Amino acid sequence: MTEAARPVREAASRMPAFLRRVDPAVATAFGCIILLLLVGSLYSRNFLSPEYLLQQLKVASFLGVIATGMMLVILLGQIDLSVPWVVTTGAMMASFASSFGPWGVILGIPFGILCGVLLGLLNGVGVAYLRIPSMIITLATNAVAQGIMVVYSGGFSPKDTASPPMRYLATGFIIPALPNAVIVWAIVGGIAVFLLTRTTFGRAVYGIGNRERAAYLSGINTRRIVMLTFAMSGGLAAVGGVLLAGYASKAAQSMGDAYLLPSIAAVVLGGTSILGGRGSYLGTVAGVILITLLQSILSVMQMPESGRQIVYGVVIVGMMLLYGRERLVR
Amino acid sequence: MKEWRFWFAEQRGTLLAIGIFVVMFTIYLTNHPAIANSGYNVATLSNIAQTAANKGVLLAFVAMAQSLVVITAGIDLSVGMTFTLTNCLASWIVVGSPLQTAGGVLGVLAVGALCGAINGAIVIFGRLQPIVTTIATGAIYFGIALALRPFPGGSVNGDLADLLTGKIFDVFPASLVVLAGVVVVVWIPFSRSVTGRGAYAVGSSDLAAYMSGVPVRRAKFVAYTLSGLLASIGGLFLTFFTYTGEAALASGNTYTLFSIAAVVLGGVSLFGGKGSAIGAIFGALAFRTIGDLLFVFNFDPLWQPLFQGVVLMIAVSLGAFGLFRVRNRLEWFG
Repeated sequence: MTEAARPVREAASRMPAFLRRVDPAVATAFGCIILLLLVGSLYSRNFLSPEYLLQQLKVASFLGVIATGMMLVILLGQIDLSVPWVVTTGAMMASFASSFGPWGVILGIPFGILCGVLLGLLNGVGVAYLRIPSMIITLATNAVAQGIMVVYSGGFSPKDTASPPMRYLATGFIIPALPNAVIVWAIVGGIAVFLLTRTTFGRAVYGIGNRERAAYLSGINTRRIVMLTFAMSGGLAAVGGVLLAGYASKAAQSMGDAYLLPSIAAVVLGGTSILGGRGSYLGTVAGVILITLLQSILSVMQMPESGRQIVYGVVIVGMMLLYGRERLVR
Repeated sequence: MKEWRFWFAEQRGTLLAIGIFVVMFTIYLTNHPAIANSGYNVATLSNIAQTAANKGVLLAFVAMAQSLVVITAGIDLSVGMTFTLTNCLASWIVVGSPLQTAGGVLGVLAVGALCGAINGAIVIFGRLQPIVTTIATGAIYFGIALALRPFPGGSVNGDLADLLTGKIFDVFPASLVVLAGVVVVVWIPFSRSVTGRGAYAVGSSDLAAYMSGVPVRRAKFVAYTLSGLLASIGGLFLTFFTYTGEAALASGNTYTLFSIAAVVLGGVSLFGGKGSAIGAIFGALAFRTIGDLLFVFNFDPLWQPLFQGVVLMIAVSLGAFGLFRVRNRLEWFG
């Protein structure tokens, strides 16, 4: 193993410094993005036009915001399966609050996000303090959120529509030609990068992901960090829901279903280890863009839904086999 | 002398699941409107049992499938999609003369086992994490299901369907008999074989199992393959109940998520190496009964998802009582 690795390392040492620091997973993901763009441009000349690319970036920003929360949780070595209904809760509650006059419109977005944070906190308390496996407690939270929303909406899509601020946030342009949703993703991403690389919180997240026991023994309040991270994930899922509701101009029953597996896939394709402790935000950005472009190209090629699902699965397995394999222990 | 203690310690989760199910089902039974109308007699009881069994066996098969993988410390997020795929396939090929039908059934089972085997091969030889692998293969299986049945439709051999969803001797639900048969034919031989014990050993500690000369790869591969097979039996039964094949994303995902919940209720540890498929079956039946409890209490069906969620939340939180036994805080971190 070490013998085989030596030539690789020697080759690496001859590379310029900035290239050496690049994670091969992230590099592969960006390589695949360029490949996808080239393939796409063969099918349609509009594919490389700025309008089309910005449109893709806008669609990607919904997934990007949700995947940011998912990435934080995955870095801990946990998983958040409550995304579908937390997204829907955020969207529905923000629209619901907006039906209460001007104050409701102003407070609607924070209220929706607050609901997401509360659900995330429920996850966090379960995982951190009650030591319930995250896969289970987030599943239960998802079921509870679904239950509350079904009771609230009566089993149909609610009548409340997205408020003007929500629509502006998702579809407006504060800077000409740059959709607001992309700006939201950029802000969320910027904060995430800052938290992960420049604060003790970020160090603690990576530490817990590597070995929670060791992090605890080094004096980190691991339980509080885990709880906060889940709360952030819930909040970000709700932000994603608010954006989606603004984009579609109303909340719908199963609007979050399409975001659970892609968000996990985006994080993992970006080189973050599903076991936690390893990964960079740049990789997640690459993963999100990769998945969005893939879905878009397949629909440009007018492939039926069945073919799209198959290609989607094959691409994930293929890319993970390229760089996501675990080390051989024995 | 102390043998029964070890047996008890090993089977505690399973026994607890049986206990939960018995309590839930007793509450369900004693409040059932049919009982209130006509009292306890064989015909009423067998009708109730048939309805409950036909609802419960689908999840029971899928939960059994999930439990095999979970015992090896893996997770199968594609189990609901294998279920959907085999449902769609069965609506094409389980038709015609008895011979054709038998061939169709075998074909469906083979495809299910193949789905499981593909998962196993990617996890073992590709060295990918089960959770990532099965997300991806789940998308592939769903894609194939959608290609088979872009719109709900198809048919199934009616005689076979009626036989397997009806009652034996007009008393006993046939689907339960099949479920028991599958336990006897698949689970018991597996759990008593070297391979089956290997699956438990791998779940407890991959490395220790390897060091002790346990056939690690074979154990995992067989567990994943059997898991696919069991999911396909579930898919067959879905076809027998509905007489159609339908590739519905929501239904596949729901079965995957419910199967995890059922497995946990059934006392199978998500960390692997603990629990049994029988526990998972009772976990599944208990989970279904919880959902039906509201029906007998005449609640608005709108409240069903919330009720199910809250019960699930309470059930999983009960595990936290184990924390009181912890003497050293480092044990928190497993």
